[in-house]
Amino acid sequence: MSTLSRKDVAHLARLARLAVTDEELDLFAGQLADVLDAVAQVGKAAVEEVPPTTHAVPMTNVMREDVVGPSLPREIVLAGAPAAEEGRFRVPRILQEEA
Amino acid sequence: MSDTLVGFDEVLTRYEPVIGLETHVELGTASKMFCGCSTTFGAEPNTQTCPVCLGLPGSLPVANAAAIESTIRIGLALGCRIATWCRFSRKNYFYPDIPKGFQTTQYDEPLCTAGHLDVEVDGETYRVEIERVHLEEDTGKNLHVGGATGRIHGADHSLIDYNRAGIPLVEIVTRPIPGAGAKAPEVARAYVTELREILLALGVSEVRMEQGNLRSDVNTSLAPIGSLEWGTRTETKNVNSLRSVERAVRFEMRRQAAVLDAGERVLQETRHFHEDTGTTSPGRSKEEATDYRYFPEPDLVPVAPDEEWVAKLAAMLPELPAARRARLSEEWGISPTEMAWLVNAGAVELVSDTVAAGASPADARKWWLGELARRANDAGVDLAELAVTPAQVAELVGLVAAGTINDQLARQALDGVLAGEGDPAAIVESRGLAVMGESDELVGAVEAAIEGNPDVAEKVRGGKVQAIGALVGAVMKTTRGKADAATVKRMLEERLL
Ligand SMILES: [Zn+2]
Repeated sequence: MSTLSRKDVAHLARLARLAVTDEELDLFAGQLADVLDAVAQVGKAAVEEVPPTTHAVPMTNVMREDVVGPSLPREIVLAGAPAAEEGRFRVPRILQEEA
Repeated sequence: MSDTLVGFDEVLTRYEPVIGLETHVELGTASKMFCGCSTTFGAEPNTQTCPVCLGLPGSLPVANAAAIESTIRIGLALGCRIATWCRFSRKNYFYPDIPKGFQTTQYDEPLCTAGHLDVEVDGETYRVEIERVHLEEDTGKNLHVGGATGRIHGADHSLIDYNRAGIPLVEIVTRPIPGAGAKAPEVARAYVTELREILLALGVSEVRMEQGNLRSDVNTSLAPIGSLEWGTRTETKNVNSLRSVERAVRFEMRRQAAVLDAGERVLQETRHFHEDTGTTSPGRSKEEATDYRYFPEPDLVPVAPDEEWVAKLAAMLPELPAARRARLSEEWGISPTEMAWLVNAGAVELVSDTVAAGASPADARKWWLGELARRANDAGVDLAELAVTPAQVAELVGLVAAGTINDQLARQALDGVLAGEGDPAAIVESRGLAVMGESDELVGAVEAAIEGNPDVAEKVRGGKVQAIGALVGAVMKTTRGKADAATVKRMLEERLL
């Protein structure tokens, strides 16, 4: 059984820049613990002789030549932004940040 | 709030500094690290982005071979070990300059490790150990609007341009550098200077600091003299001029000494450097390494540099700056100290090119370190920014050597070059600067000087030969410097002695 404290969840929420209420902390702590338990099932299946891996296919050195290709038109790029100004993405300023 | 500071010399009576540098270099590739977007500087905002560098769902990054090659070449130039197998990692954090929610970087498996770079300060060599050289991607650029300093009052938001996001960025990290003492600020500067020279020699980056191609985070800590443990370090971020690197270390040493003197502890924090005042101020609280939740990038396969490829890159390295300086010192017949002056003045390439254009090494050095350095200083620009080419300087030197003009006229010809009037020979012609021969005009000027200064002339006749200098000066003045002083002196002597 995994346990995740409210403090852990509050910390993760801060890293994700999410505002989470006290009730949500309790709710998410329980839900996230369930997720961890589910993922932990994989540990049971793992065999000791199998080395940990990050890729299913044993490939290396997939590279591209340094050649410029087309970029997206700016209208398209900014079309998905919640707000734009002067050809740039507009976002709320993060507190305590300096330029 | 202003910090209490201890005098720099006084700091050293009680504390020993340890410095360290993390330097970011934007590579000069044509395309970005993981996509084909252009890296051209100064394009309209958000015109060089695509699904990959914006991190749109379903996009797949592919590593730029040229960027990997450049990183290996940097590692080789710094005497590093090159990894035989390594991976990229995701560094997860939420900040608007990262569109993907993570930065693709290298964490525990850097491409290059365990190198070194020797730097010289005042004739003493300091070995800077290089911990690692790794490859990552640059972030976007924030433009903060509103607040106290913004353009729109009342507004309080940021505008973001992702053209820079995804440009290949190499990070070069030193091990802590102890033992530099009073020279710590200069060692820091000398290190970044030498690193920049190497990057230029390799041709991997334009390393234009004013464009942010090269930026250093400067770590500084102090420990009481004799202490076995190092003090808590601060990290001053994004210091982007050579002079500022030195100033940042100096300021942090003075500030931290005051904190320690007051019996307080130095906070481990990131700090910002302010160019205008030369001071630092606290930045955002640093997230712990574990907060970044690094994990191997699943969308990229590992990089396994082939041994033969690395050997070939090593064999093709250009002559590195230190070796080149040693060779040039010998060719030009100058001491290491004299070479250091040229390096500090940013004049090695300029002198080298001037010599290649036909000037003697002595003349080339004299002009670049003398008259031209003065002009650059007066104009507040670097030597290389002066509007005169090494070929033009060589031409100027040639005209002096041939006796067509003297040094004073050469300075007038230089005025013309800097004003964009053309090449020296053409300016000598157009401004009429050639040295006067023993013409009627010069004879007239010499005789007028004698007549106009009878008392001086009498002194010379009476045996006070040094007094002749005043008469030479008078002739030079009436001819506006166009006469040859030696010729004038001889003509005066013929008439008075
Ligand atoms: Zn792109």
